Amino acid sequence: MIRFENVSKRYPGGFEALSALNFHLPRGQMAFLTGHSGAGKSTLLKLITLIERADQGQIFIDGQNLARVRRRGTPFLRRRIGMIFQNHRLLFDRTVFDNVALPLVISGYSTDEIGRRVRAALDKVGLLGKERVYPITLSGGEQQRVGIARAVVNKPMLLLADEPTGNLDPDLSREIMRLFAQFNQVGVTVLIASHNLDLITHMHYPILRLDHGRLTETGGIPSA
Amino acid sequence: MRRNRRQRAPAPAPVGPGATRRTRPGARQWLRTQARLHAQVLLASLGRLYRTPFSSLMTVAVIAIALALPSGLLVLLDNLQRLNAGWEGTTSISLFLQQSVSDARADRLADELRDWPRIDTVRVLHRDQALAEFRELSGFGEALDALNENPLPSVLIVQPAAAPTQPDQPIAALVDELGRLPDVELAQLDLQWLQRFSAMMDIGRRGVLVVGALLGLAVLLIVGNTIRLDIHNRREEIEVCKLIGGTDAFIRRPFLYGGLWYGLLGALLAWLLVAVGLWLLDAPVRRLAGLYDSSFLLGGPALGGVGLLLAAGVILGLTGSWLAVGRHLRAIEPT
Repeated sequence: MIRFENVSKRYPGGFEALSALNFHLPRGQMAFLTGHSGAGKSTLLKLITLIERADQGQIFIDGQNLARVRRRGTPFLRRRIGMIFQNHRLLFDRTVFDNVALPLVISGYSTDEIGRRVRAALDKVGLLGKERVYPITLSGGEQQRVGIARAVVNKPMLLLADEPTGNLDPDLSREIMRLFAQFNQVGVTVLIASHNLDLITHMHYPILRLDHGRLTETGGIPSA
Repeated sequence: MRRNRRQRAPAPAPVGPGATRRTRPGARQWLRTQARLHAQVLLASLGRLYRTPFSSLMTVAVIAIALALPSGLLVLLDNLQRLNAGWEGTTSISLFLQQSVSDARADRLADELRDWPRIDTVRVLHRDQALAEFRELSGFGEALDALNENPLPSVLIVQPAAAPTQPDQPIAALVDELGRLPDVELAQLDLQWLQRFSAMMDIGRRGVLVVGALLGLAVLLIVGNTIRLDIHNRREEIEVCKLIGGTDAFIRRPFLYGGLWYGLLGALLAWLLVAVGLWLLDAPVRRLAGLYDSSFLLGGPALGGVGLLLAAGVILGLTGSWLAVGRHLRAIEPT
């Protein structure tokens, strides 16, 4: 599902964020991505979602070479990927329902279909009763679950999460991770960047470890 | 060529049951979906203006004033034009007859001309009367006494029919025809001041055009700047939309419709301003017209004019927001 072939990323100014990455995350696999701050976790996720582009090497997502995806094609790639952020990136002037509905609105679903899918997604994250509420009134854990609902409402093939539990206490963090595991069980490929080692080493999923932009441990994930 | 390739480039292969179904919709359903999406965004952007009533109203008011000024001037010019046309009907033609034409012949000619459908009335000024009038008005009485005979010809003052029975035949044609009559030395229409007036009208029209163009540009800039601020304020929303797969067209749409609303509402308010201005002028104009024994009434903008005003508002609004969106939306990329 995610294949990196000799991928390097250098930022303007010469800082090499990632150097010569090789790995292949198979379809339906769940894995963690860890490493110290600045090791390149976020950059790796940004390359997958075309927020940044690689300087060297090739990245394939679901068999599609990202170097071939032009600006106009980027939105359609991103629609197939669910993204979850540490700070949720919810829109606070809209209700929970409208936040979760946004990817479906973008894809042009009918109102009925949107209602059905949004309620299903909110049900999965346990927030069915909070449709009409504004995100500002929710707790941090609840806000993150709204973010997850928004990421999965479009039934993406791939879920990416960047420090999804960064602001949450251990209990809430475990709950969020269990949620990801549930999505993985129904076939979604999941890649979670986290530096919370305590949490992720207990979950028995492969761990990719980055150190200064190099992959030092793959936890059984084959190299490409 | 290159553009074509770019458009074919994305070739998205959507996944998920919903997406797969959407790749094979009938053209009709696609159109219906698009229409629904556009209608939703159209209403949503109006709602957004409504949620910030004060600043929206300020922008709309500025646009309205900028549009009302040239529109109001054009309406006034149209009214002047109508007044001018009215005068053209009341203009008389002076027929200076040959010196040899006797008073009796002059009377007969006047009778003949009265039968012409294009002529309303004919007044005869015999040679003696003409001399008396000239003596009285010119102050050359003594000089005239020195002459042996009356140097002035008889004059027929012809009033053309007010109703243009043949609108394609202007008054000038009538003058021409009268001038060719055998007894007539010279047919003269007092056109000069009408022509001057018409020339002044042309200057006025050109001036309004220049002012209108400048104010149109101002509307463009106002809308552009408002939309630019709007884009700035909604930066987070734009980034999130881009992150979850919103196309440029999708992200652009609410801003374009916002500009459209600004333009349309501004034009509607401009229409109102012009109407109020005309209403304020109506009573004094009536009084003035009464003093001239005229039934002239101030006319409002024609239906076509109102349509033009609204269209101008919409086009300026859309263009202004398009310029802002084109410049600023691309610069916002998620990080």
